[in-house]
Amino acid sequence: MKLSPHWIRDFVDLKVDDHQLAHDLTSVGMAVEGASGSGENTVFEMEIGTNRPDAMNHYGVAREAAAIYDTALKPILPKLPAAKDGKTFPIEIEDDKGCARFTARVLKNVSIKDSPAKIIQRLGLLDQRPINNAVDATNYALWEMGKPTHVFDLDLLEGGKIIVRRARPGETLKTLDGVERKLTTQDLVVADARRPVGLAGTMGGFDTMITEKTRNILIESAWWDPVTVRKMSRRHALHTDASHRFERGADFESTILSCNRVAELILQSGGGELIGEPLDIIARHLDQAPVALRISEVRRILGGNLDAHQVVRILKRLGFELLPEPGEEQEFTVRIPSWRLDVEREIDLIEEIARLYGYDKFANTLPAFSGSVIELPDAPKDTKLRGSLLALGYNEAVSLSFISHENAEDFSAAPVIEVENPLSEEASVMRTSLVPGIIGVLAYNLNRGNDNVRLFESGNVFEAAGAGVREAKQICFGATGSAVEPSVHQPARPMSFFDLKGDIETLLNCFEHRALSYDSEVAEYFHPGRAARALLDGITVAQFGQLHPQTAAKRKLRQDVFLGELYLDRLYKHSLREIQYEPLPKYPGVERDFSCIFPDTVSFEAVRRAITGLRIAELRKLVPVEIFRGGTIPAGKYSILLRATFQSSERTLREEEVAQWSSQIVSAIEALGGTQRA
Amino acid sequence: MAYTVPKLKDYSPAALDNAVESLLAALDEESKTVSDEAAWKAFRDRWMARKNGILTQVNDLWLKAAPKDAKRDVGQRVNELKQRVEGIIESRLRTLQSGASASRLDSERLDITLPGIHRGIGAEHPIIKTMHEIVAVFRDLGYSVQEGPEIETDYYNFEALNFPPNHPARDMQDTLFIAHQKSKPQREQLVLRTHTSPVQIRTMEKLKPPIRIVIPGKVYRNDPPDASHSPVFHQIEGLAVDTNITFGDLKGTLDHAMKAFFGSSVKTSFRPSFFPFTEPSAELMVSCFICGGSGQRGSDPCRPCKQSGWIEILGCGMVDPNVFQFVKQNGYDSGKISGFAFGMGADRIALLKYGVDDLQVFFQNDVRFLGQFV
Repeated sequence: MKLSPHWIRDFVDLKVDDHQLAHDLTSVGMAVEGASGSGENTVFEMEIGTNRPDAMNHYGVAREAAAIYDTALKPILPKLPAAKDGKTFPIEIEDDKGCARFTARVLKNVSIKDSPAKIIQRLGLLDQRPINNAVDATNYALWEMGKPTHVFDLDLLEGGKIIVRRARPGETLKTLDGVERKLTTQDLVVADARRPVGLAGTMGGFDTMITEKTRNILIESAWWDPVTVRKMSRRHALHTDASHRFERGADFESTILSCNRVAELILQSGGGELIGEPLDIIARHLDQAPVALRISEVRRILGGNLDAHQVVRILKRLGFELLPEPGEEQEFTVRIPSWRLDVEREIDLIEEIARLYGYDKFANTLPAFSGSVIELPDAPKDTKLRGSLLALGYNEAVSLSFISHENAEDFSAAPVIEVENPLSEEASVMRTSLVPGIIGVLAYNLNRGNDNVRLFESGNVFEAAGAGVREAKQICFGATGSAVEPSVHQPARPMSFFDLKGDIETLLNCFEHRALSYDSEVAEYFHPGRAARALLDGITVAQFGQLHPQTAAKRKLRQDVFLGELYLDRLYKHSLREIQYEPLPKYPGVERDFSCIFPDTVSFEAVRRAITGLRIAELRKLVPVEIFRGGTIPAGKYSILLRATFQSSERTLREEEVAQWSSQIVSAIEALGGTQRA
Repeated sequence: MAYTVPKLKDYSPAALDNAVESLLAALDEESKTVSDEAAWKAFRDRWMARKNGILTQVNDLWLKAAPKDAKRDVGQRVNELKQRVEGIIESRLRTLQSGASASRLDSERLDITLPGIHRGIGAEHPIIKTMHEIVAVFRDLGYSVQEGPEIETDYYNFEALNFPPNHPARDMQDTLFIAHQKSKPQREQLVLRTHTSPVQIRTMEKLKPPIRIVIPGKVYRNDPPDASHSPVFHQIEGLAVDTNITFGDLKGTLDHAMKAFFGSSVKTSFRPSFFPFTEPSAELMVSCFICGGSGQRGSDPCRPCKQSGWIEILGCGMVDPNVFQFVKQNGYDSGKISGFAFGMGADRIALLKYGVDDLQVFFQNDVRFLGQFV
């Protein structure tokens, strides 16, 4: 909001320069964010809190300045000629909820022309376009004292009266901006005897506006109900300087003064006569109850030792009246000025005291605390997983939580949550999966020549659950490029499924479980032969593998991409693995190799399970050392070299025992359809 | 010149010391010339052969020839010498076998100026890192972490935070709404939370006072992405409620936290502001940690603080009694307790702290950018 310090100085004599004024206003909450121009043309860019409509104008800021410097605020006293007798203009308020007060004045034989230079100059500083002397007068009064008013061409009002009422079904109103608006029965209008001529507190009607032909004018200054104006302004998407002020609460007592100020300005520039006294219809009074203030409460909230004298002095400077007059009293009844609709409670007064006293004058203290820090139950698990991912070389990414409908369909079967007012079509639903985000980030990197990328993101996914929402935390990680980067020291090794599987195992082994198993039940966006689902004690906790080449092609990924997804809601049902010491073996282990041939249909897992199923307690390790296909190996079969390690924690193993276990293993291999190679 | 064992004329300790010393010196000298295992065998035999090896000669020439009264002393010295010689000779073999010969080592020389092999550890995202650092500051002050849903009801996001329905204060936060909510009562309608403040209410419903919580999380606004805006960003909210919490406590706590986070030389200043859920409300400024509060960087104006020497960091205030009213039945009687709340944007703080000029960089996740935060 632009305001002119020069204009502010109309109402208060200040010794400080504009720079100091800006600083001092800012420190009481009337923030001057910037200043431009110089001398009389200096303009403050101000940020006035939404609770302070009274200060969104020059007089209001002058009032704050007067309070800061404890100096007098000059009253606005319009000089008006003696009113001539004339026909009164009846005003009926049918809706006293929407309109508490309606004040009007009539001017006759006015000439409509350009405003005087001073008014044009001042409005120009605020980027307000001059229109004509009558309209500019209302605009000037608005920026001067904060009270929106309106001027009608009196001769265009039909039926000789004004009615404030709700719109009737089917009524329309062409507003000043030229838009023909369909009204609803909730809209509050100013109407003449026949039709609406203004949208209350928001915008006047086009058909009754001031034109160069206008001779006679009706000035309106009313008090409109904030909620009514706000609803109307939103319904019609019509946010105006007037609605902005009315919906925040205008000064009930300023309707006559503002009417007179507008009249004065019009008469000064356009001549004419003032007809009759102001018509002032009060449909209801506002309830601005006095507020009790206790010095003890001031101290309880603010700390420090403000005394009654200081408190009283500050409040009086802001226009509050206190009863009783300060003596040794510690409790007061405070009468609230009509322009401060935001002050209704003791705490509101305490804020006034604090801000005028100066926030920085309160001593900094630290509160004592008897509670203790409670950790979120999953925090150690988060820390462990994140730490492991970072150690495994994954950079952390943060992507937006929105995805497109298309991505939602491609990467999840979950019912989506749509955003009512999305920023774009690509961001119209809440993510049901972290995968599109990670793929997007991988693509962004690949397009910039970053060929080796490992990233993870931790965040929530969203799905509709009845009328509500289910939010679940997941981690997704993506990798592309080399597992080992080429250098003078070593050749490159491309990333493979097993790099990812190793990472998955590292991560899952952080958690307590009896069994970790894998199968090929994976989502369609994975390569069907190079992806797996990981189950911890039979429950799916992860999916990982190579992105389906078609999915990758559709997203123009020019190299193989690997993805892993961890479902934390399920994974976190497992506690972190308790670390327990296991004594190191004292006796030597014995290794035995088994070279065998299996049909392709027999997986390593089947072999492993068959051999561990023998329950040989001393079999400590079983690893595949070599796998070979082709050459002398018949098609449909593969050769594998298995290495078994036997070890006892109690004794050195005897040759016969090892031989016996070995023959058990050979039998198990043969039972699976395997043969031992010579 | 090859070493020969001298006959001893004098059996005094000094003379013995001399003789041992020159023998060991000769051994050392000879050992250095041994370059392979064959040479080592000859070397070993010359010194250790039973028949006429140097040690055998020592036995004969020194010990056997020693006068009776010196025998004990000489015997002991000769034994020690034997062990040392054997040790040196054995260790020479191990050195040879391990390939540590000078020539071999020389042939194995690397260009140690070549770059190392990196396993590449990952970096925490700078925004998340900033959030963790800020949370850590408050943990040290006794604050527990709380979290809440990102899709919130109107009640938690607005109403219970003293944004009544149809109140202009709602315009302060450009809200992203969830679709298909019109049939629900307003307080049950869903929005993307515009701040982490709803978790204040959720926590006060759950826990009785006193509480000290800090709430990190994602928040959403209807702001198109640009250099200083993102529709998704990150906040850290704090709330302390107890008997006798004052505005001075709010100031002291945040002053301490800012010094802990930005360094002990930063100054803080508070100025009045407006938030519906706090009163009095304040904005906290810290002296610019980039220019040190001078407004200048060398001869250039300091851009982050717009030459003012101060940077706006967060909004805060005393919890409004209207907010306590919503959780009064759980022990939050505004006549008996009081509290303060604060909230800050991690994205903006990270931006300022690391001198990033465009907020969008954080969300592009270019690994060349992320890698800088390892």
